[in-house]
Amino acid sequence: MTDIPARAAPSSASGGSALLTLMKLRTFIALIAVLVFFSIAAPNFLSAANLILMAKHVALNAFLAMGMTFVIITGGIDLSVGSIVGLCGMVAGYLVLNGIDLQIGYTVYFNVVEIILITLAVGIAIGAVNGLLITRLNVAPFIATLGVLYVARGMALLSSDGRTFPNLVGKPDLGTTGFGFLGAGRLLGLPVSIWILIVVALGAAYLARYTPLGRHIFAVGGNERAARISGVRVNMVKMFVYMFSGFCAAIVGLIISSELMASHPATGESFELNAIAAAVLGGTSMSGGRGTIGGTIVGAFVIGILSDGLVMMGVSSFWQMVIKGLVIIVAVVVDQAQRRLQQRVTLMQMAKAG
Amino acid sequence: MSAGHDVILKLEEVSKVYAGTVAVKHANFEVRKGAVNVLVGENGAGKSTLMKIIAGVEQPTAGRILLEGEEVSFSSSGDAVNRGIGMVFQELNLFGNMTVAENIFATREITNRFRKIDRKEQERRAGEFLQRLEAGIRPDMLVEDLRIGQQQLVEIAKAVSLDAKILIMDEPTSALSAAEVEILFKVIADLKARGVAIVYISHRLEELIRIGDYITVLRDGRITGQEEMRNVDTQWIVRQMIGSDAKDFAKADGHQPGAEIFRAEEICLPRVTGGLAVDHVSLSLRAGEILGIYGLMGAGRSELFDCIMGRHAHASGNIFVDGKHVRERDTTRRIRRGLALIPEDRQREGLVSILSVASNLTLASLSRFVSLFHIRGGAERRAVTQMVRELAIKVADPAQEVSSLSGGNQQKVVIGKALLTGPKVLLMDEPSRGIDVGAKADVFRTMRKLSRDGLGILFATSDLDEVMALSDRIAVMSNGRLTGMFDRAEATEAAIVAASALGHGPASAHLAPTHLAPAHGAQR
Repeated sequence: MTDIPARAAPSSASGGSALLTLMKLRTFIALIAVLVFFSIAAPNFLSAANLILMAKHVALNAFLAMGMTFVIITGGIDLSVGSIVGLCGMVAGYLVLNGIDLQIGYTVYFNVVEIILITLAVGIAIGAVNGLLITRLNVAPFIATLGVLYVARGMALLSSDGRTFPNLVGKPDLGTTGFGFLGAGRLLGLPVSIWILIVVALGAAYLARYTPLGRHIFAVGGNERAARISGVRVNMVKMFVYMFSGFCAAIVGLIISSELMASHPATGESFELNAIAAAVLGGTSMSGGRGTIGGTIVGAFVIGILSDGLVMMGVSSFWQMVIKGLVIIVAVVVDQAQRRLQQRVTLMQMAKAG
Repeated sequence: MSAGHDVILKLEEVSKVYAGTVAVKHANFEVRKGAVNVLVGENGAGKSTLMKIIAGVEQPTAGRILLEGEEVSFSSSGDAVNRGIGMVFQELNLFGNMTVAENIFATREITNRFRKIDRKEQERRAGEFLQRLEAGIRPDMLVEDLRIGQQQLVEIAKAVSLDAKILIMDEPTSALSAAEVEILFKVIADLKARGVAIVYISHRLEELIRIGDYITVLRDGRITGQEEMRNVDTQWIVRQMIGSDAKDFAKADGHQPGAEIFRAEEICLPRVTGGLAVDHVSLSLRAGEILGIYGLMGAGRSELFDCIMGRHAHASGNIFVDGKHVRERDTTRRIRRGLALIPEDRQREGLVSILSVASNLTLASLSRFVSLFHIRGGAERRAVTQMVRELAIKVADPAQEVSSLSGGNQQKVVIGKALLTGPKVLLMDEPSRGIDVGAKADVFRTMRKLSRDGLGILFATSDLDEVMALSDRIAVMSNGRLTGMFDRAEATEAAIVAASALGHGPASAHLAPTHLAPAHGAQR
């Protein structure tokens, strides 16, 4: 045999590899670029108050984008998250104001912790509906979640006849006060919503990297048939990702209604698009199998800082939309270029290794 | 060399360099008219690249191409087609969502005066080509509804319909049944008689020796031998291919199989179109035994494995592992009971190609490395390293994407994945398909070793030599039924072939006279 023992291919500082590293870090570089640009162009941009405000804005999209990332990695899509945000906000508002009327002359009021848990359960349940439609009834994810988008939005509007639930301060004698803590409270100087984001993001990143479920999410998106034959419970994995997406959406619904101390049934419209944009910007592949939580968070920050910074500079919202769209397109173009370059570099390393 | 066949195409000092890799080095290659010009070599030897250069899909980096004495350069496959060069690609290039006729005439649609496609005429002409292939394929069928073997025939019909002067066939028989191969060979003989030059690539040596007129052997991008076929034998070919005589099959070591480890009873699987794809199959396997299941394409071998793995909810029958009834009906829990499958189609069912070698290896056995819900990286890495060493998987770094490996090494990854689940029974579906001679030998050696370690191995193949050389016992399937069961001592090729043709219609008719007679002899 003419085998040359495979030498370990050193990822030497050849031009290809350096460019590749640069491209892999593109989202991060973009983040630094927007930060630098706005700190020069917009006064007060780097003030602590502004940074925290921006982080709060970004957090909302980041939650949805994390749920979306898992869904997209399995090769699916979840269009219903915006509507789940709206519906969960309404559920929370309704429970604070009205409690549940048992129809026998009694009305049960819940304390804030219970309300939060119930709302999260509602979000997870809607995610489960998505999952069941997709796994049991074989509805394409796009269609299933599009349907649920309408149903959930309709239910949110029905819950109040299209009106807003105002003034969610609650009544001390019913034990429903304190709902504002989620949106306005602070721990160690940081808003509560940021702390929640950190916890959920760390949990999700851990899940993706160090648990069998995380590995299975990637396997299902990479090759569903092979995953099935390897004993991966594909349907359970899919159920999980849609339920997690619903869970993330419920968190956002809670935070928004808590910040505003009111819930409006139209909250969250088109949020799903921002979430998809953040995931894609962060390197998640729409064809499944590829993506990271870290990348998605960075992606969410790029989009969020971009829009807030442009507002501070006084750029019109119409131009903001154009710019946001261009950024997303450029991100995907670079992504494709990176993939091609990656293949070339791999080839070269293989050639070197013999 | 050479008698009586004019050279129609000549490559002179052709080289092809990809980014960093030299795929073909200074190749001098002649294609002769009215003859079958065979090209062999291990995977990655450069056969496909060379053919793509001739077919205009790739352009050579250096060297000249002479077509009928005139220097040509093709900038696209369209150019080559216009000069009378057609190609049957190894990977099927068909549109599953279109009909057979539409596929055959893709980009050459027959239209009427108003540029409207003349569907009737297309289907009539397609019908003529298909008739010659005797495949029972109607021109108005959707390609995705056809079996893989039939799709391959459509691909061949498409190339034949080009009326090419030179026809390149890249592994045309890899998915064909024995009967279909016979038909293809008739078509090839017919084309030869009409003066068409055929370039034929295959891994199956016996096939090459049978139909080839000239043979060219490639190794590492270099042509190492060029001869008239009648002057060479298998040993010569193998020597040119890998540089020395290869010992193809690992020899049996004579260990005695142990107690029964697996039993299947009355396995049935209904076919969507009616009838049974697996028809009341019962068999039993002992620890340390290799049971080969021979059968043609569509005999129900893969379907039987699928039933055993619990991939079909509507399959019936009972299976037992170690004498205990397996009631679990899903793949996940059957893997836990000690069953593991190495599927036939590596790309579609075996590997998650965008994940790393390591992740693929441990995909089916992650629970072994988990405490509570945390994957212990160290334990996983150790298992991966050990498996890479044990199976001699050639990979610089297990974190590399699995798609960057060669076919043979990918197959080893699939085998490693199954072994890491700690199976008692291994089901291997065509374990040597599409991998080179060296990797095949590795795979066979691994099978021997596993059986020595007490695993029961069921392996399905449509390669007669393979089933004869490797099996302790041979089961034959035909039309979903088990039609024969032989001990190695009593098995003859003739008897096996005869059993594999039982219950077949016209296809078996012309096999019968040659093979049935000795079969009776063997059963005395």
